[in-house]
Amino acid sequence: MSVLRDATAVVGIGQTPFAKSLPDSELRLGVTAIKAALDDAGISPREVDGLASYTMERDIEVDVARSLGIPAVGWWAQVGYGGGAGCGVVGQAAMAVATGQAEVVVAWRARKRGAAASRPWAQVGDRIPGAPQWTRPVGLLRPVDEIAMLTRRYMHEYGATRDHLANVALAARAHANRNPAATMYAKPLTREAYLEARWISEPLCLFDNCLETDGAVACVVVSADRARDLPQPPAYIHAFGQGLNAEHQTMTNYFRADPLEGPGWACAEVLWRRARVGPDDVDVAQLYDAFSPLVPLSLEAYGFCKRGDGGAFTEEGGIELGGRLPVNTSGAGMSEAYVHGFNLIAEAVRQVRGTSTAQVPDARVSLVTSGEGVPTSALLLVREPVA
Amino acid sequence: MTAGGRVEGAPLPALDDDSGPFWQAAAQGRLVIQQCASCDRLRHPPRPMCPHCWSLEHRWAELSGEATVWSFVVPHPPLLPAFMPFGPYNVCVAALAEDPTIRLVGNLVAGPGAPINSVDPATIRLGEPVRVVFEKAADDVGLPRFVRS
Repeated sequence: MSVLRDATAVVGIGQTPFAKSLPDSELRLGVTAIKAALDDAGISPREVDGLASYTMERDIEVDVARSLGIPAVGWWAQVGYGGGAGCGVVGQAAMAVATGQAEVVVAWRARKRGAAASRPWAQVGDRIPGAPQWTRPVGLLRPVDEIAMLTRRYMHEYGATRDHLANVALAARAHANRNPAATMYAKPLTREAYLEARWISEPLCLFDNCLETDGAVACVVVSADRARDLPQPPAYIHAFGQGLNAEHQTMTNYFRADPLEGPGWACAEVLWRRARVGPDDVDVAQLYDAFSPLVPLSLEAYGFCKRGDGGAFTEEGGIELGGRLPVNTSGAGMSEAYVHGFNLIAEAVRQVRGTSTAQVPDARVSLVTSGEGVPTSALLLVREPVA
Repeated sequence: MTAGGRVEGAPLPALDDDSGPFWQAAAQGRLVIQQCASCDRLRHPPRPMCPHCWSLEHRWAELSGEATVWSFVVPHPPLLPAFMPFGPYNVCVAALAEDPTIRLVGNLVAGPGAPINSVDPATIRLGEPVRVVFEKAADDVGLPRFVRS
């Protein structure tokens, strides 16, 4: 069966401040977060021998190793597809450790997205190659437009409402209001403010979008044996999955028989097959939330409710602390910071450690997912190895 | 900023080995979709190999252009500069009559040559019948528009 199951653990997490605008370079942010994660783990940069990152990451291995004084990197890897990569990056790190290719791997994401000019959608030439050639020339320009298209179809087929999407935004904000590191810590959000907010791409409004922020997050992965001797309670990597299903097109996933069955469905299938726990065992979930509708879609994909019931699942505080499945307990991309989902991984670790500012009592099984709507990935973290 | 239905200065598709024939036919007002020469299945967007029978041979099937609205969005600013004068406008995904899993992305307009904001978005209904037309955007590119049928 799975060589990976409970064989490795996240033993250190680190992050920079999150803000709309930080003066530091991405590289300075990246190495600051990595050093903080190593300090948290009680491991010197001199012991690091593996590096895992996103293909979109601009803090490349060479620069990271030079700043941290890493003597010899013996393994590295990158994972593609933007926000779909995060759990995949940590999963690759776990595989490297479990197979003996590396002993101490750091994984990170550093990003400056606060400045409008930094947004990829605004940086197009006169001619558009690849998949976006089918959509951008007719004015489907931004990620929000691409996800809004799936959202309207989802609302039409299943009766999901703007109130359901508001539940996602309000849960994230309520959790962020408990988290001093969140950029929205001191800014409550009301349903009235949500419903009155300006449209960005109908049916999605301003508060259906994640934040645009600067910041960096990192984590450290070692073997389960080593983890037991380190200062922090290990977050064992119980299972890891990636998912890309048939006829997928990244972000503009309109060309398969059932576009609402996104890559998360394929990822969930392998994740649960590799795990010894199921959806009913999950105590807390960090579900990638670049846009609010990704949360109900992910609740369905990962098996927390039936197809089409993701909206209803959010009713009556269902995804808030104390609800049937607390979701995005740091505030996540919508209300903590948008670090391409890597802050969700740090929060999933904190829940297993028992140190979240929106702590689920006695959390033992912690799910974190990366972007739905793109080739994606997910991790199940556990407080104790599952017998 | 407008010349008929064109969005002046908008980015255009970069034709490649797979997509070129679609855009070039569209520039002539014709809707063609890639069809496997071995198993006759349609596929879109175009690609080198049939995902059903793995044949590398294909032809271009000319379709009727009859379709239904599958979904739509209404983008509001901030937009690329070329699109700013038109916002809010609509972008639709339409399912083709010959195979509803083959879908095109374009704009519902009041008639051929009308601008992309010429239809009140409040009147658009999922499932409503439309017909594909093309707005010639360059010698080698026609962009999909939909008109009510």
